[in-house]
Amino acid sequence: MISANLSAVFYLISGVLFILALRGLSSPETSRQGNFFGILGMVIAITVTFLSIGNFSTGFIHVLIFLLIGGIIGTFIAYKIPMTAMPELVAGFHSLVGLAAVFVAISAFLNPEAFNLGSPGNIKLGSLIEMSIGAAVGAITFSGSIIAFLKLQGIMSGSPITFKGQHLLNALILISTVVVTYLLCLTQSSNLFWILLAISFLIGFLLIIPIGGADMPVVISMLNSYSGWAAAGIGFTLENTALIITGALVGSSGAILSYIMCKAMNRSFFSVILGGFGATDQSSTLKGKEQKPVKSGNAEDAAFLMKNASSVIIVPGYGMAVAQAQHALREMVDTLKKNDIKVSYAIHPVAGRMPGHMNVLLAEANVPYDEVFELEEINNDFANTDVAFVIGANDVTNPAAKTDPQSPIYGMPVLDVEKCKSVLFVKRSLSPGYAGVDNDLFYKENTLMLFSDAKKMTESITKNL
Amino acid sequence: MEIDPFIFRLSIFILSIFIGYYVVWSVTPSLHTPLMSVTNAISSVIIVGAIIAGLSGESQSIFNNSSIFGFLAILLAAINIFGGFLVTQRMLAMYKKKKKNK
Repeated sequence: MISANLSAVFYLISGVLFILALRGLSSPETSRQGNFFGILGMVIAITVTFLSIGNFSTGFIHVLIFLLIGGIIGTFIAYKIPMTAMPELVAGFHSLVGLAAVFVAISAFLNPEAFNLGSPGNIKLGSLIEMSIGAAVGAITFSGSIIAFLKLQGIMSGSPITFKGQHLLNALILISTVVVTYLLCLTQSSNLFWILLAISFLIGFLLIIPIGGADMPVVISMLNSYSGWAAAGIGFTLENTALIITGALVGSSGAILSYIMCKAMNRSFFSVILGGFGATDQSSTLKGKEQKPVKSGNAEDAAFLMKNASSVIIVPGYGMAVAQAQHALREMVDTLKKNDIKVSYAIHPVAGRMPGHMNVLLAEANVPYDEVFELEEINNDFANTDVAFVIGANDVTNPAAKTDPQSPIYGMPVLDVEKCKSVLFVKRSLSPGYAGVDNDLFYKENTLMLFSDAKKMTESITKNL
Repeated sequence: MEIDPFIFRLSIFILSIFIGYYVVWSVTPSLHTPLMSVTNAISSVIIVGAIIAGLSGESQSIFNNSSIFGFLAILLAAINIFGGFLVTQRMLAMYKKKKKNK
């Protein structure tokens, strides 16, 4: 058994290691070392907890068994999951953190002596408030992430679910949590504690159902942030520095990512949360469909265009992930490079379903990360490029965001694809993207539409090169 | 007058938010997905609380009311820790630089 002071020092060390883990991600070279620091921090925290309890009897064995089962499941998932399913995986993991926070809070509420928080029915006021916050935020994270997971997995429709009085209902429920927490602190009644948990689960559910598929990057980042605040709340209850530091880090990390994603869509965080965006606006779509001429081509035309180009920029989007076309794409690019054509990749911050989604997929297909560029880095290059190859992206290339103040995506930073000499658009149909707006780019003189599955099209282009 | 220890914890919390703010802004956008999976893994340090909760029961009945929740939390957090760190590792291993003359 080690003293409380010594274990506090060790918790501090593991907190610092977690900071270093995030710091490592500032560049791919240092990132692997960063991950190692993270693992080390976790090992220290767990070991110190065992040592500070000093109970190596049957209970210890049970803990190890549960740890082992969880570890095996986690390892299995980590190695089996395809890279295209990362958004679902992260959403699923968030829900586990949320639920774990809820369980720890319940346990602390039922047996406060174990945590030095007083006795049942007479828990210290401060601890009770911290506990309630941790449990409530954890519950919101859990049910919210489950909904996000179901939407991403396609089990639940990605389109927003809205109903009359939704915002009023949410506001009322939110107020009721505060009231219940207040009453809970007055009476210490366990019934109120369960009610608080139930309401919080409901909030998470109601919060995410009105949010559409295109806003998923914001939602995942936001839930990431929540899981951090939940951990911090529990950290205050347990008076544990490692948890407080980690909670704060994760909380601010998720908040920053949500901010970046919102900015990349030119929308306020508030409007994303209120939801409803991405419901197909029928009137504008129908109006835009006035039989405008579209040039469509096949793989041979595309191969011909690219063979005669000297530079090509690839613009990947969610469609590439759906079609699992990243490997086929890399092969096509390899063939292009053999013909001395300069190829680079342009990635919009909200391409895909989570921040950095496209980068991971390209990395999986062995695309070197120094050929992949962010919006600001590459946007000026489109004007000097022969061919833009848009694969599975749509809204992020729509020039209406710059020209049409009526458009719902007006003001959103977009890739200036139309400035290229010619644009190749791999898409299954002319249907509008997730924002529900028609893309003028389809009807431009220099655009060639390639109507096909992204993977099949890329493969047959490679054959024709 | 003595300062409440809560204030110290609050100080750590606030300062960590600022550290997180600056550290995360310096993360390169191409690593945002690994950032999310690794933050996921480290927030599972909540397992510390779960272990305390699991071991809190009387020695005769380890599966009493409060410790069963602790054990469930250990299970969930362990899935997250192993899954989170390993999937991050797997992703980071894929980020490679351009090989010369290719």
